[in-house]
Amino acid sequence: MDQLNNYLFIAAALFSIGLFGVMTRRNGIAVLMGVELILNAANINFVAFSHFGGMNLDGHIFALIVIVLAAAEAAVALAIVINIYNNLNTINVDEASRMKE
Amino acid sequence: MMENIFIKYSLLILFLPLAAFVIQIFFGKRLPRQGDWVSIGAISTTLVLAITMFVAMIMKDDPDFYQEASFTWLDMGDFEIRLGFLVDNITVIMLLVVALISTCTHVFSTQYLKGDIRYSRYFAYLGLFTFSMNGIVLANNLMSMYMFWELVGVSSYLLIGHWFEKDSAANASKKAFLTNRVGDIGFFIGIMLIYNAIGSFAFSDIFDGVSSGLIAGSTLTLAGIGLFMGAMGKSSQFPLHIWLPDAMEGPTPVSALMHAATMVAAGVYLSVRIFPILTPDALLVVAYVGGFTALFAASIAITQTDIKKVLAYSTVSQLGYMILAVGTGVYTAAFFHLLTHAMFKANLFYGSGSVIHSMHHALHEKHDHETDPQDMHNMGGFKDRMPITYWSMLFSTLAIAGVPLFSGFLSKDAILAGTLSFAQHHPAHFLLPVFGFAAAAMTAFYMFRMMFLTFHGKPKMPDIIDDIHESPKEMTGPLILLGTLSLFIWYTLPYFNPMSTHGWFTDLVVPSDSVVPGNPSAQQIEEGAHHAHHLAMYISIAVAVLGIFLSWFTYIKKGLSAQAWTDRFGFLYDWSFNKYYFDENYDKYIYQPSFRLAERVAWIDWELYDRYFINGFGRLTNWASKVTGKFDFDVIDQFIVDGTGRMAALFGRKLKTIQTGKLQNYVLYVTAGIIILMVIQSF
Repeated sequence: MDQLNNYLFIAAALFSIGLFGVMTRRNGIAVLMGVELILNAANINFVAFSHFGGMNLDGHIFALIVIVLAAAEAAVALAIVINIYNNLNTINVDEASRMKE
Repeated sequence: MMENIFIKYSLLILFLPLAAFVIQIFFGKRLPRQGDWVSIGAISTTLVLAITMFVAMIMKDDPDFYQEASFTWLDMGDFEIRLGFLVDNITVIMLLVVALISTCTHVFSTQYLKGDIRYSRYFAYLGLFTFSMNGIVLANNLMSMYMFWELVGVSSYLLIGHWFEKDSAANASKKAFLTNRVGDIGFFIGIMLIYNAIGSFAFSDIFDGVSSGLIAGSTLTLAGIGLFMGAMGKSSQFPLHIWLPDAMEGPTPVSALMHAATMVAAGVYLSVRIFPILTPDALLVVAYVGGFTALFAASIAITQTDIKKVLAYSTVSQLGYMILAVGTGVYTAAFFHLLTHAMFKANLFYGSGSVIHSMHHALHEKHDHETDPQDMHNMGGFKDRMPITYWSMLFSTLAIAGVPLFSGFLSKDAILAGTLSFAQHHPAHFLLPVFGFAAAAMTAFYMFRMMFLTFHGKPKMPDIIDDIHESPKEMTGPLILLGTLSLFIWYTLPYFNPMSTHGWFTDLVVPSDSVVPGNPSAQQIEEGAHHAHHLAMYISIAVAVLGIFLSWFTYIKKGLSAQAWTDRFGFLYDWSFNKYYFDENYDKYIYQPSFRLAERVAWIDWELYDRYFINGFGRLTNWASKVTGKFDFDVIDQFIVDGTGRMAALFGRKLKTIQTGKLQNYVLYVTAGIIILMVIQSF
C-alpha cells in the first residue's frame, strides 16, 4: 500500500504545481502548460488506482482517453492563443478582456 | 317533394326583399336606372313563388294544412326562446296578397316617382317593408311577430317621411310612429302576460296552454285586450286612428301598399291569429271598437275634400269592419274582407295616384304651384280624359260599396251576417249591426261622391282639363289587374254564384274553435251566420243602393244641394270635416299636459337632480381621486415601486465588484470553492 501512497504523493505534487502555474502565470501558453500538468496528475491517479485496486486495465483506458482529450484541448487552446495574439498582439490572458464591458 | 316547397319558398319570399333592400341601400345610386330593376326583380320573384305556393295549396285542397319550422334563438340555461315560421292556408293567401300588391306598387312607382331625388332609397325601403310584412305573416310566435311588427313600423315611418323636406310629411311620419307605440305597449304587455303564464311565445303552445287552463279569467281577458291594442295601433282603430289619414303625406303607391292593403291589415291578421284565445269579454271590446270605428271613420270620410283623405278614412272604416268581424266571431270573414279589401283598396289608391299624377303634370304645365292637386273641388269631368283609371276605379268603388257581382259584396255580407247573428243571440248588443249597416250606407255614399266629384260633371278647372292625360302603362297595368280582381268570380271559383261566398276560400280557410271555455264553437257561429245570411244580404243591398242613390241625387241630379245640407247641419258638418277635432283635443288634453309634465320633470332633473346630486357626486369623486392620487404617487410609486428598483440597483453595484475579468481570480474562486466543499464534506 505504501507504493500507492507514493504515486498519490507524486500526483498531488504535480497537481499543485499545475494549479500554481494556472493561477499565477499571465502567459497564455504557461497557463496551458499548467493545465497539462493537472491532467497528467489525474492520469497518474487513474493508472495507480487501477493497478493497485485490481481493476484490470480500466484506468489505463481512461488515461489514454484523457491524453487524447488533452491533445485536442491543446490544439484548440493554442489556436485560440494564436488568435488572441493576432488580434491583441499579446498572449497575456488578462489583456483578453473585451467581453468584460 | 310537394311537402317541402312551402317552408323553402316561404324563406325565399321572406329574404329576397331583404336582399333587395341591402343592395339598394348600399349600391342603389350607382346602378343603372338607380337599381329599380333589382327591387322589381326580387319582388316579382317572390310573386312567382307565392303564386306557386298558392297553386300548390289549391291542389292540396287541405283545410288543415299546417307546417312549422323553428330554431333556438336564445339559450341561457333553463331559459330558451325559440323562433320559427308557420305556413298554413292563411299564410299562403296573405303572402300572395303582399307579393302581388308589392309588385304592383314597385311597377307603379317607377312612373309615379320618376326623377325623385331619393328614387333608389325609396325602393330600398319598399324592400325593407316587404321583408318585414312577410315576417309578420310567417311568424309562428308572438316574439318574432313583435320584432317584425316594429320593423314594419320603422319602414312605415321611413316611407311616410319620404319627402321629409315638407314639415307635414316629417310630422306625419313621427305621428304614425308614436301613435303606433301606444298600441305596441299594450301588445308587449299582452305578450308578457301570456309568456308569464305559459312560458312560450309560439301560437301552438299558447293555444294548448289556454285550453289546459294555464291562463284564464280576467288575466286572459287583459292579455287579449293587450294584444288587441297592438292591432288597434297598426290597424288604426279608434281612438288610435289619427295617424292613418296623416300618413297620406307619403307617396301614393306607398299608401296603396302599406296604408291600405298590407301593413294596416297586419292588425287584423294578428287578431285573426289570436282569435282562439280571446275571451267573450275581450271579443266584446274588439267588436265595439271595430264597429264604432267603421261608423265613425265613414262619417268623417263623407265631408273630406282631399281625394286621399277620403280613401284614408274609408280604409279606417273598412278595417273597423274586419275588427268587428273578429269581435263577433266570424274571423274567417274578417280575413276574407282583408283579402278583397287589399285588392280593391290598393286599386283605389293607385287610381287616386293616377289622378293626382295627372293633375300634378297639368298644373305644372300651367306653372300653377298653388292649387292643391289632391283636392276634389279642383277636379271633375276626368271620365273621358282618363278612361282606364275611371273604369278600374269604378269597379273597385262598386266592390267597396257592396254591390252584388263584386268582391266586396261577398266579404262585407259575410261580416254583416255574422254581426247580425251575434246581435240575434245577444239582443243587448243590437248596436253592432246598426254600426255595420249604417257604415255600409255611408261607404256607398262617400265612395260615389268621390267618383262623381272626380270623374263626372263639368270640369271645375276648365283651363287644365286639356292637359289631363291617361297615365303611362306602368301605372295603368296595376289598375287594370286589380280592377279585374274586384270582380267576385276570383273569390268563389270553382263555383259561380254571386250571392254566396262559397268557393275555394271557404273550402280552405275553415274557422277553428275558440280554445277559451264559454265561447260558442265555430260550428255554432257558422250556423248562426248562415241563418242571418239572407236578411243581412237584403239589408246590405238596400243600404248600398240607398247610399249610391243619395250620392247620385245630390251630386249628379242636383236634386239635393250639398251646400244646403251643409248650411242646415253646419255644426255636424264642421265636426265631420274637422275629424271630430280629435287632433285638436289630443293636442289640448294629452300632448300639452304631457309637455307641461315633461317640462316640470325636466326642471327637477336639471335644477335639483343634476345640480346637487350629479354635480355633488362629481365633486366628491374629484376630491377622492385627488387624495388617492397623492397616496398613489407618494407611497406606491415613490416608495414601493421605485424602492424595488433602487434595491436592485444597489445589489447590482455591490456584486459587480467580484467580476474582475481576471482569469486567475476565477480559478482562485473555483479552487477555494472546491476546498470549502471538501472541508464541509469531511465533517
